Amino acid sequence: MITITVNGKQRKLDVEDDAPLLWVLREELGLTGTKFGCGAGLCGACTVHVDGKAQRTCILPVKAVDGKAITTIEGLSPAAKHPVQQAWLIEDVPQCGYCQSGQIMAAASFLKTHPNPTDEEIDAGVTNLCRCGTYPRIKKAIHRAAALAAGKKA
Amino acid sequence: MQTKLAATALSRRTLIATGLTAAGGFTLGVALPEGAQAQTVNIASPETLSPREINAWLVIEPDSSVVVRLAHSEMGQGTLTALVMMAAEELGCDWSKVRYEYASANRNLKEKGVYKSQRTVGSAGVRTSVAFMQQAGASARERLVAAAAKRWGVASAACGCGDGRVTHMETGRTLDFGALCVDAAKITLEKEPATKSPVDYKLLGKWTPRLDTAPKLDGSAQFGIDAKVPGMVYAAVISAPEWGAKLASVDESPTKGMRGVITVVKLDDAVAVVADRYWRAKAALAKLEPVWAPGPNATVDSAQLNKAYLDALDGPLSSGRKAGDIAAGLAAPGVKLIEATYEVPYLAHAPMEPMNCTVQLQPNRVDVWIGSQSPPDVLAMAAKESGVAAENVYVHNQFVGGGFGRRSTHDELVHAIAVAKVVGKPVKLIWSREQDIRRDRYRPQAAVKFKAAMDTEGRCTALDTKVACGSLFHSLAAPIGTPRAPTDKLQEPMAVEVLAGHAYKIPNLSVALALKNAHVPVAFWRSVGASQNTFFLESFIDELAHAAGQDPYKFRRAMLDRPDYLGVLDTMAEKGDWGKPLPPGRGRGMAIVDTYGTVTGQVAEVTVSKDGELKVDRVVAVVDCYHAANPNTIYQQIEGGIVFGLTAALYGEITIDKGGPVESNFDTYPLLRMNEVPKIEIHMPLSGGPRWGGIGEPSVAPVAPAICNAIFAATGKRVRRLPLKNFDLKSA
Repeated sequence: MITITVNGKQRKLDVEDDAPLLWVLREELGLTGTKFGCGAGLCGACTVHVDGKAQRTCILPVKAVDGKAITTIEGLSPAAKHPVQQAWLIEDVPQCGYCQSGQIMAAASFLKTHPNPTDEEIDAGVTNLCRCGTYPRIKKAIHRAAALAAGKKA
Repeated sequence: MQTKLAATALSRRTLIATGLTAAGGFTLGVALPEGAQAQTVNIASPETLSPREINAWLVIEPDSSVVVRLAHSEMGQGTLTALVMMAAEELGCDWSKVRYEYASANRNLKEKGVYKSQRTVGSAGVRTSVAFMQQAGASARERLVAAAAKRWGVASAACGCGDGRVTHMETGRTLDFGALCVDAAKITLEKEPATKSPVDYKLLGKWTPRLDTAPKLDGSAQFGIDAKVPGMVYAAVISAPEWGAKLASVDESPTKGMRGVITVVKLDDAVAVVADRYWRAKAALAKLEPVWAPGPNATVDSAQLNKAYLDALDGPLSSGRKAGDIAAGLAAPGVKLIEATYEVPYLAHAPMEPMNCTVQLQPNRVDVWIGSQSPPDVLAMAAKESGVAAENVYVHNQFVGGGFGRRSTHDELVHAIAVAKVVGKPVKLIWSREQDIRRDRYRPQAAVKFKAAMDTEGRCTALDTKVACGSLFHSLAAPIGTPRAPTDKLQEPMAVEVLAGHAYKIPNLSVALALKNAHVPVAFWRSVGASQNTFFLESFIDELAHAAGQDPYKFRRAMLDRPDYLGVLDTMAEKGDWGKPLPPGRGRGMAIVDTYGTVTGQVAEVTVSKDGELKVDRVVAVVDCYHAANPNTIYQQIEGGIVFGLTAALYGEITIDKGGPVESNFDTYPLLRMNEVPKIEIHMPLSGGPRWGGIGEPSVAPVAPAICNAIFAATGKRVRRLPLKNFDLKSA
């Protein structure tokens, strides 16, 4: 039995140790906001936070997160008010939207270590794939989220 | 300028958004609809028609909210918001109360095309819908007014309509849409009202936030892969490595005893594993070692195909366009002849959501949950594969996690129905990324040979174009795995689009085509023939300009007389800093094209290091789509189209070995990441008039030639074969 905390709730899971966290979230817990993109850790559509840090989950065995706290897109903030979600709304980032849960989770984690990032830091730190090409708006939205978060603290 | 419609809907979020929208001088027309918080897209029920349905397109609820039915799929291109804007433009509803749902493909079948085509293809959603979506809104408005007038015993002409209510002008009495909808639905108009012309638009043309953003920020948007059907099981599938190979045998014993595994299903050219969870099905599938019986194409590779396409240029050709006398033009005394051959490879679509669907088979009913560009084709395919009458097939279309042409054909649906027949339960079948890329239907491989005559004044007086390209129609019509024979007689405009339809004034022209299909399946790929043909033509035009010792901008300008083209071209030169000096190692290139009804041009700036490292620094995009339904989503499509085109130019290549594709995931079929995206600037000189241009595809087409022409300016090296990853840019 594996125990993880997902979006603040403790969940006991009767699954194999090597079940990928992505599919445990989607199929055991019904949290389908986290997406399957490549199954090889290459695209980032499956990004969630493990103990607050962005991780790609399509090849992450659930055993590796035993006892840890997981945050998915559904639990990032009540009523989608996280600065990154607000910035994404203002900049109207998504197109098809499929990769955006992962993009938002990656950006939220990145901003914790880079509260006032440069373009170059964003380029190096946010590497998720988007086939629709929302990158220019993602970059703008990350800057905006940084400003929103800074404004909140002030 | 805020519209009357917007005035009542102003919210704090509007003000935030207005402050940000410095984009090209477009006015923010409307507030973000509060009511649209996290609304995913559902399908209208064809079985329980609402009495508040005012026509097939519009339902008005008792709280005066308006549900707009969408015949086109939302796959990122913004059609959803634009179609709702069209109806709302005429209806005069409260924008904060608009909602949306997909129109039912089943109803469209039963009511003989009430929703028209329902295919989201050809950048056509907005431009083909504008007339009838406006008409639907206008018709509904007139009937709501008539219902109110009847209740008050006054003339319709004495009433006004706006903000979701009808007002009797003289007395100021009002009735909300919600109180009128049932009556209005019963009213028949003597004649349909006229619709607004673009000069009178209050909403269309304004920078409008997307209605589908909120659900895409919190995980609530439902894609095909998210379908939940009670009792469903999951299937993973692998197809033969080579098209045409068959499944010979598979030893199922490695999956015995694996937790959750239900069965192994043998298909003609694939194997599926069914389990109670997808990851268990996938893990069990990985344990199998299917034995494939090679087919007739087992020794085909890219080297052979490359040669075959080049050879086809010298074989029999059918005519795509003729003007003047090409033979005389090329043989005219004193002309300089310039020749070049260009090639492009197969390309995969690689939408971020891998192909998947969920099916439930019942004795006389089939339900399909899927994200599709073409629900009517899903319906027909499900009927054919299941043997159930089309009238009893229900397609639950979802948000589409990337289409780009891929989701007009659904090979995964064939797999899912075959598996569901065996297991007798609802089945969710998901293609792995590897299956998705290896069993895609690709953008065709193609080759072109140009021969041009330049006169002593440096004008192009003759242009001979020979094309070898796969036929999409033929490939899509043929079953997978069957040889796709050459089809020289089949006329296919996509194969010669741009090459045959360009606007350059060249007196002697010939475009001739060899439709040549290999066994590799090909299909529509964002911007279709324009994606390769614009690379071919606009690169060669650049070659001609340099051969004539002329500036590529002025060379093009001298061959064009259409005002829309010239408007775009001149804006490109002005905004793209054409002619301004750049340091060594940097270059600027341009390309322009009229495709999907839109004239679009780009100026690219690149840097090429001595080691041959290429960086695309800047792309200035100029687009004349004549009218802009929603500039917000148009800008997205231009940015996204450039990223899509740049990915193809730099990396895009499916190579064939032993009859099948070599590439299989994003390590071998890479997509552009954020660090490679150039600075993108957008300008839209709109011509107006009767024509509406498409926007989902055009911006893909000019990217490759603009970049390759910039590379020539920077290095003197001419790129005639994509992708650029294979091209040596090192200085000598």
